[in-house]
Amino acid sequence: MTQTQDLEQNPVVQKLRAWDAQAVAEVREFRGELTLVVPREHLRRAAEFLQGEAGLEFAYLSDITGVDRFPNEPRFELNYHLLSISRRERLRLKVCIAGADPAVETVTPVWPTANWHEREVFDLFGIRFAGHPDLRRILMPEDWEGYPLRKDYPVEGFR
Amino acid sequence: MTTVQTATGAAETMVLNMGPQHPSTHGVLRVVLELEGETVVKARPDIGYLHTGIEKSCEAKTYSQVITLTDRLDYLAPLSNNLCYCLAVEKLLGLEVPKRAQYIRVLLTELTRIGSHLVWLGTHAIDLGAMSVFLYCFREREEVLNIFEMVSGQRMMTSYFRIGGLALEPPAGWLDRVDRFVRAFPGRIEEYEDLLTQNRIWLARTKGVGVLSAEDAVAWGVSGPSLRGSGVAFDVRKFFPYSSYEEFEFDVPTRTEGDCYARYLLRVAEMRESLKIVRQAMDKIPADGPIRTEAPGIVPPQREKMKTEMEALIYHFKIFTEGFSPPPGEVYQTIESPRGELGFFVASDGSPKPLRVKVRAPSFVNLQALPKLAEGRLIADVVACIGTIDIVLGEVDR
Repeated sequence: MTQTQDLEQNPVVQKLRAWDAQAVAEVREFRGELTLVVPREHLRRAAEFLQGEAGLEFAYLSDITGVDRFPNEPRFELNYHLLSISRRERLRLKVCIAGADPAVETVTPVWPTANWHEREVFDLFGIRFAGHPDLRRILMPEDWEGYPLRKDYPVEGFR
Repeated sequence: MTTVQTATGAAETMVLNMGPQHPSTHGVLRVVLELEGETVVKARPDIGYLHTGIEKSCEAKTYSQVITLTDRLDYLAPLSNNLCYCLAVEKLLGLEVPKRAQYIRVLLTELTRIGSHLVWLGTHAIDLGAMSVFLYCFREREEVLNIFEMVSGQRMMTSYFRIGGLALEPPAGWLDRVDRFVRAFPGRIEEYEDLLTQNRIWLARTKGVGVLSAEDAVAWGVSGPSLRGSGVAFDVRKFFPYSSYEEFEFDVPTRTEGDCYARYLLRVAEMRESLKIVRQAMDKIPADGPIRTEAPGIVPPQREKMKTEMEALIYHFKIFTEGFSPPPGEVYQTIESPRGELGFFVASDGSPKPLRVKVRAPSFVNLQALPKLAEGRLIADVVACIGTIDIVLGEVDR
């Protein structure tokens, strides 16, 4: 694992720090993958900056993944996997959300593709996305109760 | 079927459900169409009919057991799924796979791409009314499946790639069979092209239909041939090489038209490129050498060793009873599957079962762009649009 100081030298981290020192809470690297932990309230702004800024150009959102770390707090994590096609680089944004009333701002205006990804996270984890244009269940039936990918939801015998 | 008044009240539109039981939706996809006459005003894909909770099941299995579930995601490209999952876990563990296994993996995933594109071409053609292409395509796909059966014992649910290498030593003479296929196949591609490329009906049904601009394709996260058909040359094999792809010479065909015809030409060109990679892999694969890496406690030991070494026997028992525990952490591994960027996000909390396995399914993301392709066109074009983005519902709904 690389030293924290080396990670701060990463151009993406430096650009973000120069833009807003508060926008990155923590920088991690594991197996060559860079992860930026972003405070929940800065997510939307950071997304816009990463998408539009010249020299960053993360125009492509690959995926949004929810993780439930129950019973640990903060319970939920959202991982945004970004890709810059022009610079051939990947980046993971991570947002940690407390278990009580989980909600985060939507990134659909930044990356339209986030629409279905956010619906999926809402459907399976029950995390709400404020400002989402069409926040409905996507994989489970519309009248389903509970959020299947939460850790306190059993694999078998829910009903 | 219901009739509703539009907001302006100017024209009457009709809401029509296409699917989930419809032959051209390639499985169980429902598209809610709002029609004005025969023109599609709005198309809204509705998915989830094939949701089986694979990601939830993964959390209750050991890392090795998950491999059999990955076959069932994109059932037209099981080996691509196997490969992506194995690469993700290998990255998590920091394992290096022997070169021989890497080349065999490349060869088989490229054959998978050919097989998958053949199913796509055949079914897409049948959707648009060209019956005979389907029969030719499935003739060749059968040979691809025979090769899979020869190496893994299974035609479709292969589970042939394992964490750290391959499941079995391929049988003697399997490369001769691959060689026969590689020699015969270029002529077969020409047959398909003779039937379609200059066919006036085919041109009328695909040219200028379902146009997707490069900006839209990137914004909507479209990947694979659908993205390259719009002029964006993104291919994971070139951008982030895995399994020694950097040692192979091949082109990434792109086109700028962004219509169904461009995507058709691209997939045909991709089959030729895959064939090039298969040929190179055949030359590269050493005659013998290990097919699995040495990693005690993670990769099952060789059968001979278990008969003479106590440790090997213990490791074998432990791997199959409790599994192995990767260090806590998370990885996102992508490969270029026949449909686009396939990604596996695997998170470990240090226990023998994954904390989270998330599949970034290319079909799921590409399907989201369907309204962009279909809106403003005729119902018949919707069929062409669904066909051309090449979805597999097993992967969409997971």
